[in-house]
Parts: sequence; C-alpha cells; structure tokens
Amino acid sequence: MKLVAVTSCPTGIAHTYMAAEALEIAAKAAGHEIQVETQGAAGSTPLSAETIAEADAVIFAADVEVRDRARFAGKPLVTRSVKKAISDGPAIVEEAVTAANSWVGSRTGTPGAILTTKVEDGAGFGTRLRQWLMTGVSYMIPFVAAGGILIALGFMFGGDQVVTKLYGGVWHGHTYVGVAGNLPLGFPAKASFDTLIAQAGYAGLLFAIGKIAFFMLVPILAGFIAFAIADRPGLVPGIVGGLICGIIGAGFLGGIIAGLAAGGIAYWLAHLKVPRAFKSIMPVVVIPLVATLIVGLFMILVVGKPIASATEHLTSWLNGLSGSNAILLGIILGLMMAFDMGGPVNKVAYTFGVASLTTGNTTIMAAVMAAGMTPPLGLALATVIRRNLFTEVERDAGDAAWLLGASFITEGAIPFAAGDPLRVIPSIMAGSAVTGALSMAFNCTLRAPHGGIWVIGLVGKPALYLLAIAVGTAVTAVAVIALKSMRTVAGHKIVDLEPAHV
Amino acid sequence: MADLIIDDYVVLDLDQPDRNAATAVLASRLAADGRVTDLDGFLADVRKREEQMSTGLPGGIGIPHARSAHVTAPTLAFGRSANGVDYGAEDGPAHLIFLIAAPEGGDDAHLKILAALARRLMRAEFRQSLLDAEKPSDVVDIVNREVVNA
Repeated sequence: MKLVAVTSCPTGIAHTYMAAEALEIAAKAAGHEIQVETQGAAGSTPLSAETIAEADAVIFAADVEVRDRARFAGKPLVTRSVKKAISDGPAIVEEAVTAANSWVGSRTGTPGAILTTKVEDGAGFGTRLRQWLMTGVSYMIPFVAAGGILIALGFMFGGDQVVTKLYGGVWHGHTYVGVAGNLPLGFPAKASFDTLIAQAGYAGLLFAIGKIAFFMLVPILAGFIAFAIADRPGLVPGIVGGLICGIIGAGFLGGIIAGLAAGGIAYWLAHLKVPRAFKSIMPVVVIPLVATLIVGLFMILVVGKPIASATEHLTSWLNGLSGSNAILLGIILGLMMAFDMGGPVNKVAYTFGVASLTTGNTTIMAAVMAAGMTPPLGLALATVIRRNLFTEVERDAGDAAWLLGASFITEGAIPFAAGDPLRVIPSIMAGSAVTGALSMAFNCTLRAPHGGIWVIGLVGKPALYLLAIAVGTAVTAVAVIALKSMRTVAGHKIVDLEPAHV
Repeated sequence: MADLIIDDYVVLDLDQPDRNAATAVLASRLAADGRVTDLDGFLADVRKREEQMSTGLPGGIGIPHARSAHVTAPTLAFGRSANGVDYGAEDGPAHLIFLIAAPEGGDDAHLKILAALARRLMRAEFRQSLLDAEKPSDVVDIVNREVVNA
C-alpha cells in the first residue's frame, strides 16, 4: 500500500523529524511504501502531485496547521498528534491502512491543484516585493497571451469594423447598434451571444472572448500578488480589489496597489492572535471577509475617486493642447499611451485620439495607435536580443508580445511592467514618445481607432508609419536593456553591502 | 560551521531529578562557551516550549529545545542520567537528554543537521551507542559520525 504523511510541530526542529522517521520505520516494517513531507524549520520539499495522487491514504501527524491541506482532499485521512506518531508509529500506519481499506470513495481522488509562489523566505524587502509582483505576473501571462491572441484573431478575420459591429457606431455609412455592451459585465438589453454572432460574426465572438479574458488580467495580477504575500487568504481580497480596478478604470497600476494592499491586510489578519475558537474559521470566513471589505472600500473611496477627477483634469488639459505644436502633442500622447497600458492615463490619450477622428483629424489617431504598438514590440525585441536579462515567464510573454504589439494590444507589455515597473515603464514611455513624435512629424494618418498592423491599408504614408513604429520599438528595446543591465550591477553592490548591515 | 557539539557540552553523570534543573545544567555549559548569551532568557524559552507539550519521549529520551534569540549557533548539549529525569514521557523518566539550542533565524544547513539528529533519535542502535559511551568524546564522535557527517 502507498501512504503519504505530513509531520509538523510548533518549533519545527525535533518532533517533526522524529515523527517522520517513526512513520517511515513503521511503514517499512509493515511492508508499505510511505513518503513523508516534513513541514519543519529546515524547509520542506512538498510531496509531488503524482505521489499524492497515487497514495492510498494520508497521515497528518501534526500539532500545528498542515500547510496546503487541500492537496490531500478526497483521500482517506488519519490525523493524530505528532507525539502519537513518535510513540506509536505502527498503530498510526495500521489505522491508515484500515482507513484505506474501508474507504468507499474513489481511491485516486482528485488532489487539489497546488498553487505556488516564487517568494523565498528571508529575502530582503526589495527582493520580496519583486517576487510578489513576479508571482502575480506569472499567473497573469496566460491571460494576456490567450486574450490578446483571440482579440488579434478577431481583427484578422473581422477587420477593424469588428469593434464597431460589437460596440456600436457608424462604419462605411452603416450604423450599428452596440450588441456587446460592457461585455465582461453584461450585455445591453435584448442582446445576447446570439445577437452578437448575428451582427459581428464569429470574428466578433473571438474578439468578445478575448475581451473577457482580458477583463481578468488585473484581477488575476492583484489576486496572485496578494496570494504571494498572504497565501490563500489573500486571493479573495486581491481578486475582488482587481475587479474593482476594472470597474473604476484603475488599470494594472491600480491592480498592483490592490494586490499589495490585499496581501498586506490578509497577512496581518492571519497573524493576529485570536481565541482558539475562532482559529478554524479565520482562513475560510473571517480573513477573506474582513480583508475584502477593507480592500474594496479602499479601492473605491481612496483610489477610485482621485482617478476619476485626475482623468477629468487630464482630458481637459489635453483638449487645451489641441492646437499646439503637433510633434509636442505626439510626444505627450506617446508618453501617456505607454504609462499605464490600459489604465486611466492611457485611456485619456486613446479617447482623445478617437474623439479627434470625429472632427476629421486623422493624424492624432495614427500617432496614438503607433505609440500603443511599440511597448509590446520593444519588449519582445529586447527579450530576443538579451534573453538572459529576462525571466523565463517574461521570455514566453515576449513571444506573444510580437503579435499583441502588432495588433495594437498595448496590454502585451503589462507582464513586463508589472514585474519591474520602475525600469520598464520609463523605457516604453521613451519609445512611444519617439514613435508618437515621428508619426506626427511624418504627418501619417489613420481612419480606424484600432487594429494595428491589420488596418495598415487605412494608414496614410504607411512606409513612414512603419518606420516610426520601428524606431520607437528600437528605442524601447535599447532603453530597457540598458536599465536592466544597470540593475544587475547595482544588485551585486547591494549583496556586497549586506554584511555591513548585520 | 561551528561544531554542533564538543566535549564540554556532554554531561555523563547528570543527577538532577527535576527537568528544569537538569536542563539548566546543560544550558549553563552552553552559556559558559558563549553559545547562549543569556542563560535565564534561554531557559525561559525552553520552559515555554516545554509548557506547550512536554518533550519526554518513549524509550527514555528527553529533548528540551527552543529556537531562541539568545542562541548564537545551533548547538546540542547531551546529558545522561542513571536515575532518570522526568520529562513527562508516559513510559517513565529520560536517561538520554538532548538539549537542542537553535538560533531564531537559523540557516538551513544547521537546521538540516538538527533534523537529522531528531531522525537518528528514533533509532534504537543510536540510543544504545549513547548509553554505552564511556567518555564525552565518545558522544561527540557518535554524533559527528551519525548526524553531522552522515
């Protein structure tokens, strides 16, 4: 018979390991196989998912909460004190065997998936902060890739009119009623996926599914930043905080704030001393409830309102610049497009570009789109030129970023920016500013508010337009490589200094 | 890496019948050598651990232990008592007493050694060899051979 066990004790230096040894000796003597996870001070190697899946029964010899016990869900379980395992290992092994034999459920069960973080214990705050962010990013990247590519496919098969057909508006003299509403949140009255397919076709459906995946970007980012800080209790406040970011338009920077706040609050609540009677309901009820309430109120009242008023001010300021120097306007729009990629500042610039289309000015929209394409493109280029400056997940994100950038899906750069905002955001702002300025200087025009490379037929002076994009892409790649190389040097310095602090 | 145990930390003729007194004798050996910076503070930490759950184990073993801010390096002190010291085990007093002192932070390599020691304690032949030891250096040799260099 195959058994697995987890041992743990308050101090984690003696009983944990003695119990593990006792169970191993007892299981072997009785002719069973056993693998023990010692959740002690010397670090523990988690049991692999396969090992758990194959196990016939589970033993917890633990005086403190077993970490990640959801992994063992659906298995016959024997729970005893750590001391019982030490004094009478054979009896516990016998109980586990009996439990397995009398088990009526499926023997193989469905072990809970193991969510992991990239956070090391005992690292400095700066390192941990980066690891928190990278944990969020690593879970977000598949959403960026899946959602972004679906949106790109929507443009490829549906042309730029796919957006008009979904969200309403006039295209080539035909007026469409919006059928997608604010889709991730809900359809407009009488609309459904049937009306959506009837009007926008399957290309529209691809686009809509991509948009739904994108709606989860910031919630997943925030949720898993909080998860990295506070483990499972951080997930709910983080994800809800991220959803609120989507509703108040706070973008991924808002998501980072929500994730850090949610993680911090959940961590703090988890480490409060509470009466024993409350202990068992803390992780499932109390912490998610209280942390979600606090984070929700914080995001709506403290973060949401200033964003709304700042958006308003930024819009009127930008409108005031309308008549001024075209190249300066291109630089400003470029900086704004790259700053928060889908966040409030980006939205103001984009909305300004779309609004200018209705007044017949097509140069501004051209600059806005070009500047929104270079962030993913520049970062994708950087991952090709200097692979070792990027983590493995970032390199994967780089592969997808080519298509996303080419399709004017600026969000493709978010995984890079969320993991290392202080170096990535300035780099992509520089590239976008150059591209915005060049597009204005070349007097390029664009008649569609989206579509990227797929609407190049609607661009006036397409060759110069592509040149502007290429130059900005190169600027971003060079800048991000330079800044990240400096970090490596500075990183060594920090390491050298550390003994002096001790 | 500082030695886990040296001859000075071995007391083969403990005669204190009381667990706190016996622990104090062993701890004072560590304090004399600077492994424990504040003897009373460390003993308080050990007592606190002992109150959570007594550290006596079947087979005549007591393992008073603590992770404490007053400890400079992971250290083991060993005491043997012919009459036994009551550490609260169900099957009687402890004849082999291991005082495990771990610093608050504690790096991984050291903690792994303590984990290996804990595992060895479950082995009858390891316990017997300690009961048979004739002089402190025998104990040090056994621990180094079985635990530190294993």
